[in-house]
Amino acid sequence: MAEKIGVYVCHCGTNIAQTVDCKSVVDYASGLPNVAVAREYQYMCSDPGQELIKNDIREVGLTRVVVASCSPLMHEPTFRRAVEEAGLNQFLFQMANIREQCSWISENREMATERAKAIVGAAVKRVIFQEPLEVKKVPVNPDVLVVGGGITGIEAALQIADSGKKVYLVEREPTIGGYMARFDKTFPTLDCAACILTPKMVSVGQHPNIELLSYSDVTGFSGYVGNFTAQIRKRSKYVEEEKCNGCGLCTEKCPVSVPSEFECGLGKRKAIYRPFPQAVPNIPVIDRDHCLYFTKGVCKVCVKFCPRGAIDFDQKETYLDLQVGTAILATGFDLFDASKVKQYGYGRLPNVITSLEFERMSHASGPTAGKILLKNGQMPTSVAILHCIGSRDQNNNEYCSRVCCMYSMKIAHLVHEKTGARVYEFYIDLRAFGKGYEEFYKRVLQEETIFIRGKAAEVTDVPQTPAEKGKLVVVAEDTLLGIVRRIPVDMVVLSVGFEPRKDVADVARIFSITRSQDGFFLEKHPKLAPVSTASDGIFVAGACQGPKDIPDSVAQGAAAAANALSLIDRKEVTLEPTVAVIDEESCSGCKICLGLCPYNAITFDETKKVSVVNDALCKGCGVCVAACPSGAIEQRNFTDDQLLAEVEAVCA
Amino acid sequence: MVSLSEEPAERRAHELGDVFLDAVYGIPGGDKIKQCIQCGTCSASCPTSYAMDYTPREIIAAFRAGLLERVLRSNTVWLCSSCYYCTVRCPSGIKLTDIMYELKRLGVEFGLVQEEAVAPTLSKAFVDLVDKYGRVPETSLVMRVLLKTKPLAALKMVPQGLKLLARGRLPLLPHRIAGISEMNKCAGAMTDALVSGLHAGRSAGKET
Amino acid sequence: MKLQPRAGFSYYPGCSLEGMNRAYDKSARLVSKELGIDLAELDDWNCCGASAYMSIRELRAHLLSARNLALAEREKKDLAVVCPACFTNLTKTNQYMGEDPKLRRIVGSALKAANLQYLGTVRVRHLLDVIVNDIGQSDVKAKVTRPLSGLKVAPYYGCQFTRPLGEYDDKEFPMMLDTLLTWLGAEPVSFPLKAKCCGGILMTTNQSVALTLVRSLLDCATQNGAECIATICPLCHMSLEAYQGDVNKEFSTNFKVPMFYFTQLIGLAFGFGRKELGIDQELVSSKTVLEKRLVVT
Repeated sequence: MAEKIGVYVCHCGTNIAQTVDCKSVVDYASGLPNVAVAREYQYMCSDPGQELIKNDIREVGLTRVVVASCSPLMHEPTFRRAVEEAGLNQFLFQMANIREQCSWISENREMATERAKAIVGAAVKRVIFQEPLEVKKVPVNPDVLVVGGGITGIEAALQIADSGKKVYLVEREPTIGGYMARFDKTFPTLDCAACILTPKMVSVGQHPNIELLSYSDVTGFSGYVGNFTAQIRKRSKYVEEEKCNGCGLCTEKCPVSVPSEFECGLGKRKAIYRPFPQAVPNIPVIDRDHCLYFTKGVCKVCVKFCPRGAIDFDQKETYLDLQVGTAILATGFDLFDASKVKQYGYGRLPNVITSLEFERMSHASGPTAGKILLKNGQMPTSVAILHCIGSRDQNNNEYCSRVCCMYSMKIAHLVHEKTGARVYEFYIDLRAFGKGYEEFYKRVLQEETIFIRGKAAEVTDVPQTPAEKGKLVVVAEDTLLGIVRRIPVDMVVLSVGFEPRKDVADVARIFSITRSQDGFFLEKHPKLAPVSTASDGIFVAGACQGPKDIPDSVAQGAAAAANALSLIDRKEVTLEPTVAVIDEESCSGCKICLGLCPYNAITFDETKKVSVVNDALCKGCGVCVAACPSGAIEQRNFTDDQLLAEVEAVCA
Repeated sequence: MVSLSEEPAERRAHELGDVFLDAVYGIPGGDKIKQCIQCGTCSASCPTSYAMDYTPREIIAAFRAGLLERVLRSNTVWLCSSCYYCTVRCPSGIKLTDIMYELKRLGVEFGLVQEEAVAPTLSKAFVDLVDKYGRVPETSLVMRVLLKTKPLAALKMVPQGLKLLARGRLPLLPHRIAGISEMNKCAGAMTDALVSGLHAGRSAGKET
Repeated sequence: MKLQPRAGFSYYPGCSLEGMNRAYDKSARLVSKELGIDLAELDDWNCCGASAYMSIRELRAHLLSARNLALAEREKKDLAVVCPACFTNLTKTNQYMGEDPKLRRIVGSALKAANLQYLGTVRVRHLLDVIVNDIGQSDVKAKVTRPLSGLKVAPYYGCQFTRPLGEYDDKEFPMMLDTLLTWLGAEPVSFPLKAKCCGGILMTTNQSVALTLVRSLLDCATQNGAECIATICPLCHMSLEAYQGDVNKEFSTNFKVPMFYFTQLIGLAFGFGRKELGIDQELVSSKTVLEKRLVVT
């Protein structure tokens, strides 16, 4: 029985009509075999436009539909829905892109029209070979995996847990809190970071719906949206969590002192330690690289003093598999390594410090008990803050790190408040974009912070004048004055930018998500889908997606939670049926397809000696289809017949 | 040397502005100058900027604004010591040292340099010597040239020269390489081949 | 211990080694031979153009370097240079010819008039890089018969050793010469201005600026306890040595800092004498310093 194809050419306002002669295309389409009806309309995606299609299906009895308009990424779902509503299987519809692939790239009307005709002709010829397909629905596991226990992960976890769903929060460090736990004050409100963070940390620790897996990593992640399996490794703390009551006696008595990572090496911790006093969970861990028992077989003072007998040197790593429906990655960032820019003297000149080291000094429970001090123990009388270290720099990171201008101003304020020192800020442009940010800038100006517009070229200790002797000299051009200035100061703070975590490539591989050019995780759409990824069911939030401050991180954490909850509340997800199918008869068992599949969707059936596609995991990328030497794999809705028909039509 | 006072400077500068911009965009990597964010790293890194009329950053700004008088009447480009600090530190990846060389070339080509600048004369003399001999046993011959142009400056160097002569460090005769005529043949072939010019905006026959 | 001869290099001395800096050439050849580095001078090499040629003509400046590279290509050997300006010019042409097809076409076809071909296969190396990275610590130390017994040396690199194209060492604080000096038994002093500009090319055109730069270098070196300064660039050497007197006159200072080419220091450590290494041609006497530290005649 001959097919009855309806062809609809959209004007898309002037987007298509301005360049393509739509009437001519309609006339051309009418003349094609099997075309029962050909129309043009201003906006096919509008309700009346869709009605045109539905009417024709009902009244003319169309068996196939072609809409020539924009990209399928825009309105394929719209037209598929319209077609289904009129009673025709949605996969008997084909979209011809005569906008992005035609009118938007041609200036010549004649050429564009010819091209549009070819595209439409191809769609018409192909659609005949299309078969009805049914979408697959799979249930969604309501449990959620949140990776990373910084402020973003905490926000996401709390939102989901408060809604009644179960959250597994995996955190690599012994405690949650992330970078925010290390900050002194936050801009622009100057809230104490710990004061606003610790209540949330406590909520996480006590929440009945949150299972906190601290000192743990995700070692594997597989499955598909709604049905993921996460492999978790719980590292050995050598302390039994159930027995420990967090009294801290062990850390007090431990004889071994090593530089503390939490304190940026400025302070010390013991071999058995908690990173900071308000740690959640408040369970210490033993650093076996420095513990005397592990290195030399002696000591055991912690065992002697522990009132609960919670120390267990034989504790082994444990592994668990978690079944979850969605995952939220909130793995955070690392800071640019200032020793890469040797001209600023970090690591070579004393009193050149990074912003994070400053935070620790300024912190009340930090290595200097909150006092801003030089290496000689005195307070600085002048401090220079250098913006854009490692950022906006083709020699390091090209992107702007967004938060540094504001945190630099915050540091200026803290220096002013704590020392009364003269503060200089060397900047290129000032970015004070958020709520209360510009006002904070005015405040800092009012405090007589001296802003010099010029990126510091270097920091030197070689004096040129008596006033420079014994000082650190910042050399920069004051571009507003057009003079190169040498400013002698006591202390230099380097405002280093954010970078992706050192192991971001490994995490991206485990979760099969991509990264943008700057190395951060890639969102689905920078404007409209900032927390989704190309992998359904996996979301990203916070600084791991790009540098951002705490308000934006929290917002993204909540957004990711909303996305996850939306998926969960749908109870089931629809999977596209345009997957690869292996014909058992033709499969020779060569296994070439197995290694090629980026989604690990193909397995080998040892009994039948053929490859099998898991159609839930398959994303329809087509790699196996192309690679199969026996031609045994076909992709639904992209069969050889369909594709060859398109090619024939275009070449005609 | 044609001085800018012969024509209304603005008109000349306006005509030349586009020519100069194209010439700079045309050198390898010269296009990057469009990305200058005026951060001032170049000026602050420059060892001689303290002696310049306009800092390197100001030169780029003036150049892009078409203020050629400022660019070429200043002593800036000829004070560049080719230390390359600006080039390696520029956050926009601008090869500023190479651009300085292009500005030097443009200044000489269009006769737009400071009257009292010694460097252009010296460089031209150097070029003549290389084209003639293939090698330049440096200071000695250069000093000979200086004697012609700036006898007082050269005289100051006589005691120095005598000292060097005494130590056997002053070659008196230039060494002419065997392949000098061939090398000049290559140079000639290059000029001929350059019909359309390597750089947009450069007309045929211009000095390569 | 007899060293196996290394893969040879075509030696490109550069114009300044024919006159003012003859001692650099002498000492470089001497110590290279001792280390088994085969340095055959590139036949009929031409001037690299220094900075002056590029200030007047761009394409012909590239042609100068391209001719040298093409000559070296015929020898099928890499080029070894001792002057960072030569290094920069040759390496820059090499790199730009590789990146810019138009340049390659124009210069490449011009070379045909001399029956020369540019293939881009020759690497340009500075002799210090060859000695430190190719020869290495054990072979260099093996030849040291007279360690420099704690001679305090300020290692001066200048600009173009690493900027912009020397990828073998840090562009702000290079360490290669410091390392070599320790192998020779000398004590490299802390020298924060080690890679700062001496103003060399400005010495004849803007002398006061150049002298200011030289003064700060001499100042910093001596303040940090240097008894002498080691150089790897003939122009830097000349600026700091030949014009030391002018610095003293201009700024009423009293610098008497002897200057050594790094190859002279290697030679001293290998047991060669002052005359062999051209140290007798110096303008600032090193006699006191050498007698104090080593017995050198």
